[in-house]
Amino acid sequence: MSQVAIKNGYYGDFGGSFVPEDLQQVLEYIGEQYEKYKNDPEFNEELKYYLREYVGRENPLYFAENLTKQLGGAKIYLKREDLNHTGSHKINNVLGQILLAKRMGVKRVIAETGAGQHGVATATACAMFGMECTIYMGAKDTKRQALNVFRMELLGAKVVAIDIGQGLLKEAVDEAFADLVANYKNTFYLIGSAVGPTPYPEMVEHFQSIISKESRAQHLEKEGKLPTAVIAAVGGGSNAAGAFAHYKEDQEVRLIGVEPAGAATLSKGSPAVFHGFKSYVLQDEEGNLLETNSIAAGLDYQGVGPLHAHLHSTGRGEYVTVTNEEVLDAFQTLSRVEGIIPALESSHAVAYALKFAPTLSPEDSIIVNVSGRGDKDVEQVFEMLNK
Amino acid sequence: MSQLKEAILSTTAKGDKAFIPYIMAGDGGLEKLQPTILKLQELGVTAIEVGIPFTDPVADGPTIERAGERALANGTTLRKVIETLTSFSEHIKVPLVAMTYLNPILAYGIEKFSEDAKLAGIKGIIIPDMPLEERDIVYTALKANDIALVQLVSLTSTPERIERLTKASEGFIYAVTVNGITGARSSFASKLEEHFKKIQEYSDTPVLAGFGISTPEHVKSFSDFSSGVIVGSKIVDSLVANDWATIEELVKASKVATVK
Repeated sequence: MSQVAIKNGYYGDFGGSFVPEDLQQVLEYIGEQYEKYKNDPEFNEELKYYLREYVGRENPLYFAENLTKQLGGAKIYLKREDLNHTGSHKINNVLGQILLAKRMGVKRVIAETGAGQHGVATATACAMFGMECTIYMGAKDTKRQALNVFRMELLGAKVVAIDIGQGLLKEAVDEAFADLVANYKNTFYLIGSAVGPTPYPEMVEHFQSIISKESRAQHLEKEGKLPTAVIAAVGGGSNAAGAFAHYKEDQEVRLIGVEPAGAATLSKGSPAVFHGFKSYVLQDEEGNLLETNSIAAGLDYQGVGPLHAHLHSTGRGEYVTVTNEEVLDAFQTLSRVEGIIPALESSHAVAYALKFAPTLSPEDSIIVNVSGRGDKDVEQVFEMLNK
Repeated sequence: MSQLKEAILSTTAKGDKAFIPYIMAGDGGLEKLQPTILKLQELGVTAIEVGIPFTDPVADGPTIERAGERALANGTTLRKVIETLTSFSEHIKVPLVAMTYLNPILAYGIEKFSEDAKLAGIKGIIIPDMPLEERDIVYTALKANDIALVQLVSLTSTPERIERLTKASEGFIYAVTVNGITGARSSFASKLEEHFKKIQEYSDTPVLAGFGISTPEHVKSFSDFSSGVIVGSKIVDSLVANDWATIEELVKASKVATVK
């Protein structure tokens, strides 16, 4: 029996569904629909078609020869999720869930977004499938990410700014759930990260697992063996969930999740029930949430997906941290050495690889998940470097 | 029978309807807790729902969420609320119903929490983010301290779920009267009466209506088919404005038989 099998919405001790009764009922229905279609051949054929024709999969597992030579040590491979349409891994899951929404017969899709990446990916897919689209975003985020708001509107989505609490992602999530409860008969809530109540973490992992399905086969073809380690950044944990999925049973492959030092949920947090699920969370002794501080908006989150809490507590996954300085350095190094500008989120994985690869031998090889491209971050990095 | 259920049944036995106001502990400072509870008690409320502020209040609407933010900002915690209640518990005559999310209780320790809550006069508890399926986490400890675990039943609940929730609910059954989060609404979904009848079929535990009840007319309109109401956002707003006249009007509307 697999040590990471999901039972009743739980990964080991983590996950579950801790939500008010009215939402519980709606989530059960979504869970049933997901179970019904996830192994449906016709559904999967359609998903495969769009992943190929619209997203541009499969994307390369690129041997970073320059970086490998410069560092000395393990061979470094980059899984190029940054080359997907819309520029990150987010689209994989968005397509999976939107096809599910289509099967369920709904015409309206809602989503939450923090920095805007998931909102843009959702708005993109809605445009293509002709779905009505509403994106909830914290008021503070809409100001910080004005260009992404425009992108979503350009794609035909309605962006609703939520001006309550801190005006950040958390408030947007609450509002989206309230919308779902009120409108579940014609609305699908498309969650972007591997968090939230069941069935979302499992569903997101499933639709993101295409990353490791490809990388495993690609690595076997190039090297004739499995990689020594797979490295991915972890905020909520969707890209890492996908990057690890097909290696979970390969005990010899180390799974390394990289967290920002300022939002080190697994390294510094403790088990809690939050945002509708049980996982590790950064909290005070009274059980209230602590604030986080990461330069990567996509990782600036107090919690983490239950899959990672489980991999962490069983020791199957290793979770490490990197500092903002190391991340900025990695962002520039990969740009200069390989001509690939990684997203600040992905730069966390790169930053750890820069430290880790030299400790291994040339017989080893590692896969670094470049979850997204860094164009969105160029302005922010410019400002940070010229301060 | 739990003291909470008893208090409601003795109210309805008189021909009145139960009235449970919701207050956010620590909104305006914890020193307001004692005078507020004692004054509500004087007005003749059946029980008082005491909200504990939390950083992730998924079931609360804007009014209560903001009240919670204010309470957190002045340092209110579950521990301090329990301490404050305990300090004047001998004056509390009506049952208190705590409304808190699961995580603060887990952080407190469920056994310790239940024991301390009992000493604070808490007779019932509502944990909105804890589904029935997970209630074993807290049930034994609560039971040992005579704290009734109130279940919410929503408009989206299927008949099978309604049956399970209703049978499991202690103290009273909290019937959510709108889809979504708390907050005052201008109108109610139709078929509510039917919904209430369906709920009451499974149990003799009184059914109270909550979410979005904000006027004396609302309070009266539920009299025909429920055992009473819970009023949240409107009470919270009125307390902030120190508008006791509005609160009195609302309570009066529930006194169907004893006040003409």
